[in-house]
This record gives sequence, structure tokens and C-alpha cells, in this order.
Amino acid sequence: MAESSPRRAGTLNVLLLTMPAVLLMLVFLVGPLLCVIALSFTDYQLGAPSLSLIGLANYEEMNEDATVRISVLNTLIYVAVVVPASVALGLGAALLIEADRGLRGFYRSAYFLPVMATLIAMAIVWGFMLDPRIGAVNFGLKWLGLEPLDFLHDRKLVLFTLCGIGIWQSVGFNMVLFMAGLTAIPSELYEAAAVDGARHGPSRFALVTWPMLAPVTLFTVVITAIRAFQVFDTVQVLTGGGPNKASEVLLHTIYAEAFGFFRVGYASALVVVFLVFILALSVVRVFILEGRRPAP
Amino acid sequence: MTGRRLSRTMRGVRHLVLGLGAVVMLAPFVVMVATSLKPKDEIFTPEFHLLPHRLGAAENYHEALTQVPLLHFLLNGVIVTAAIFVLQVLVNVPAAYALAKLRFRGRSTLFGAVLVCLLIPYQATALPIYILFHWLGLLNTYAALVLPFTISVFGIFLMRQFFLGVPDDLIDAARIDGMSEYGIVWSVMAPAAIPALVAFGIFSVVAHWNDYFWPLIAVGEQGLYTPPLGIAHLKLNGEGTAYGPLMAAATIVIAPLVIAFLVAQRRFVEGIVFTGLKG
Repeated sequence: MAESSPRRAGTLNVLLLTMPAVLLMLVFLVGPLLCVIALSFTDYQLGAPSLSLIGLANYEEMNEDATVRISVLNTLIYVAVVVPASVALGLGAALLIEADRGLRGFYRSAYFLPVMATLIAMAIVWGFMLDPRIGAVNFGLKWLGLEPLDFLHDRKLVLFTLCGIGIWQSVGFNMVLFMAGLTAIPSELYEAAAVDGARHGPSRFALVTWPMLAPVTLFTVVITAIRAFQVFDTVQVLTGGGPNKASEVLLHTIYAEAFGFFRVGYASALVVVFLVFILALSVVRVFILEGRRPAP
Repeated sequence: MTGRRLSRTMRGVRHLVLGLGAVVMLAPFVVMVATSLKPKDEIFTPEFHLLPHRLGAAENYHEALTQVPLLHFLLNGVIVTAAIFVLQVLVNVPAAYALAKLRFRGRSTLFGAVLVCLLIPYQATALPIYILFHWLGLLNTYAALVLPFTISVFGIFLMRQFFLGVPDDLIDAARIDGMSEYGIVWSVMAPAAIPALVAFGIFSVVAHWNDYFWPLIAVGEQGLYTPPLGIAHLKLNGEGTAYGPLMAAATIVIAPLVIAFLVAQRRFVEGIVFTGLKG
């Protein structure tokens, strides 16, 4: 009662409220993060009784490791394909769906459904659809008069097949972000644009919609890129990184090094590389987050 | 854009483009359900037909449920996602309240730490946590599936942002009534934050029901498999060509979330947009 400011809380209260979160943050986030960086300078193997510091040896080995090189390159290709395609298709879907009322609810649900559905299960369904002998996709190709393709075993094709599944899964997510952005555009702007002569779709889009959506677009690009860097499920269950490393990606390489070959030190060094990519993108994300007003 | 209607031609073009897109988006779901209804000889035919001539649903679903204990996996999924969400609320909502509404030494440091932790992808911490759990003998337990996710810096961030908008008068009134700070969190703040809690709940349940990476690492015993592990096991270790039962299992695994989504679409979309901040 006697406190000068009613919002000044006692130390005990603050401890009671924040201690569980602070402790768990240390145990499950800060601690492991520091630990993984430290492990990357060791030769630790899962189950080994001891470990020794080996300086930068893991990083030097990584530099020579052809698998790692392919894996990083494949991950970058995956991101470079999935991000622009799923952002552009998400924007297109949002604009087209919101342009008119017919079947709006149906389209919205149809495009969003893949976001909800367990990816690992849907990856298995895609695997069946892409089967060269009995898959629906190849029946479609044959019907069009084209040669059947072995989407998951052709070295030139496999990474792009996985990109396709990634795009299929993330279009709906980007779409709803753009829809939220669209509803935030005040209609007066369109009226003003109409006065200036921008009455039709393309000019309205160029003058009003696109500039107003720019922040949402930047945000969508960044989080899609972060999610794309984390591609793992489809690779693990459909290709195992093959054939001949053609679909090896960073997280899968880390998983294989740590739990296939038990080389935790080396895997940790790969995690550090993975972190550097994600952090570079995340810094942009936090700048955007911080610029946002508190949620309505 | 509301209130405007497209010309008749443009409406046709819109339906054509969106319709083709919808076919692609929905095709896997349609093929999955259709195949789960087909007997084996109709799956392996040189000719494509979508609908089954003869129903094989009983065999496929029976096989999916008996070849692996799929219902048990679903139950594990429910236990794990529910435990994660309940603990996330208990751990993170009080901290969010303290960050939003109390003044104390170290508050900005703590919030800074939350922002920094927001950057850490969860795959990056998986290795050390695995080793920690190995030492503690926690691998292959429900605890291993749940504990790493009890802290959600994203939840703290989200709830703090929401709490900032709750008027101080509400809190002051509760204090005058003699309510403790802990009481205020659960009787004043939490009820005021139901929309944010629902959004966070949807985000959390979707993320953890579908998660594959961590359960794959933390759990090796079938008795603890979550639905994603269960279906991947069926695909990788079962007969690779038993597509009927596999599609039946996929249908069963995605059904709970898809049905929930179709029933409460608006909430789901809002929840995902609201929490879309998270990568």
C-alpha cells in the first residue's frame, strides 16, 4: 500500500513471476547455444568418454568436405527457388481472391490447407503421387503426351521436386499474411488514386497496393527464407539427401553427421554455419518486429 | 477493394486461375483419401482412375491401425502438444506480465535476452539438449518431447505486446482489492488476453503436432512415437509399396488438425497471421 508507485513490484514477486522462464531460457536456449559453439572447437563424439579441443580443425575440414559444399549450395538453391516463387504466388493468390466475392471462402481454405496439414504425412503423399509408375503426376504427364519423369531419383530433378513441395506448402502462409496487409490499406487511397486516373487493376496496383504492401512483402520474404533454410522433413523421408547427395541440405547433413556418424563436434561446426545464415536473416526480422506497433 | 465487382470476363479469368491453383493445392489431399479407399490391385494399375471401383477402405484402415499402434501415436501427440501448451502458458504468461506491467531492475536486460533468444532456431540447440538429456537419462521419455518447448520466448514476446495494451486501471483495482501479483496474472490479465492466448495456442499446437525434427532425435521407442514419427516409420520401415494403408495412415494423422481448421477457419487464419511473426 505504501509504495510510491503502484507498479513497483517487490523483488519476491518479480522473482516468482520471471524465475521459471529465466531458468528455462538458460537451460534450453542460452546454455545450448553457447555449448554448441564450444563443441564446434572439439572432436567430441556421441558416447565418447572424453573430448579434446582441436581449434578450428572442424571448420578447416568443412572447407574441404565435398558433401558440405554440395549441401550448402543445395540449401541456397532451395531458398533461392522457394522464396520468390512462394512469395509471388502468395501475393497473386491474395490479390485474386480478394478481388471479388465469388468462392472467396473456398479458395482461401483450399490454399491454406497445406499450411495446416502435417508436412511429413503430406510429403509421403507427394512421394506416392510422384512415383514414376503409378503416381498421379506421371499419369497427368502421359495424358498430356509427355514422357514420365522420375522426380525423386533423377539427380537433376530431385532438388527442384523438393522445391515444388516446399512452395506448395508455403504459398498459403504467405497468402494470409498478404491478405492481412491488404485489409490494412485504407480505401480512401484507392479513391484518391481513382481521382488521379488510376481506375484499373494494374495502375491501382502500381500506385497504391504495391507501395502499401512493401513492408509486408519484406517481412514475408524474410520469414519464408528462414523457414526455407530449415528444410528437413521432406528430404529426410523422401530422398535421404540422395541420389548421390543431389538433395542433401544443411539440416539433413547436420542430422546425419550427429546421429548417423555420431560426430557431434563436426556437426556442431555445421550448426554454427547454419546459425550464421539464419541470424543474418533474423536480424532483418527483428528490425521489422521492433518497428511494429503492439498487436491490436 | 471491398464493394467493387469485377467485369464478367475478369470474373471468369479469376475463377480459371484460382481454380487451377486450387486443384494443385488440393490434389494431394484428394489422392490421399481416394487411395486410402482403394484395394491394392486398383492402386497398381497402368490406368489412372481417381475413384475406387471397389472399396478397400476397411482393409487399408485396419492395416494402418494394426501394423503400427497408430491410435497410440495419436494419443501421444495429444499428450505432448497439450502438455507443451499448458506448460508454455504457466511459464511464459507470468514473465510476459512482469515485462509488460512491472518495473524492476533488470527488466530491459531480460527483454533484450528475450529478443536475442527469438533469433535462435530450435534446430541449433537440439544437439546440446540431446546430450544433456542423455546425461540425465531423459531420452525416450515424454519429458524429452515436452521440456525443451516449455520456454517460448516467442510466447513471452507475443503476450507482452498484448499485455501492454491492457489498461493499468484494471491492475490497480485488483491491487486495491488485495490481490497478489500472481493472482492478477491469472484472474485479470489472462482473461483479458484470451484472443492472444487462443492465437498462441493454435500456433503452438500446429507447430508441435506437426514437428518431426526433435521427436526424431529425442525418441527411439515406438511407445513414445508422435504421429509424424509414426507415419514416417510406416513409410521407411514398412513395405514401401503398401500405399493403401500408408495413405490411410496419412489421412488419420492429418485429420485432427484439418478438421479443427475447417470448423474454426477464421480463428486458425487469424491465429497464424497474428503469430506469423515467428519464422
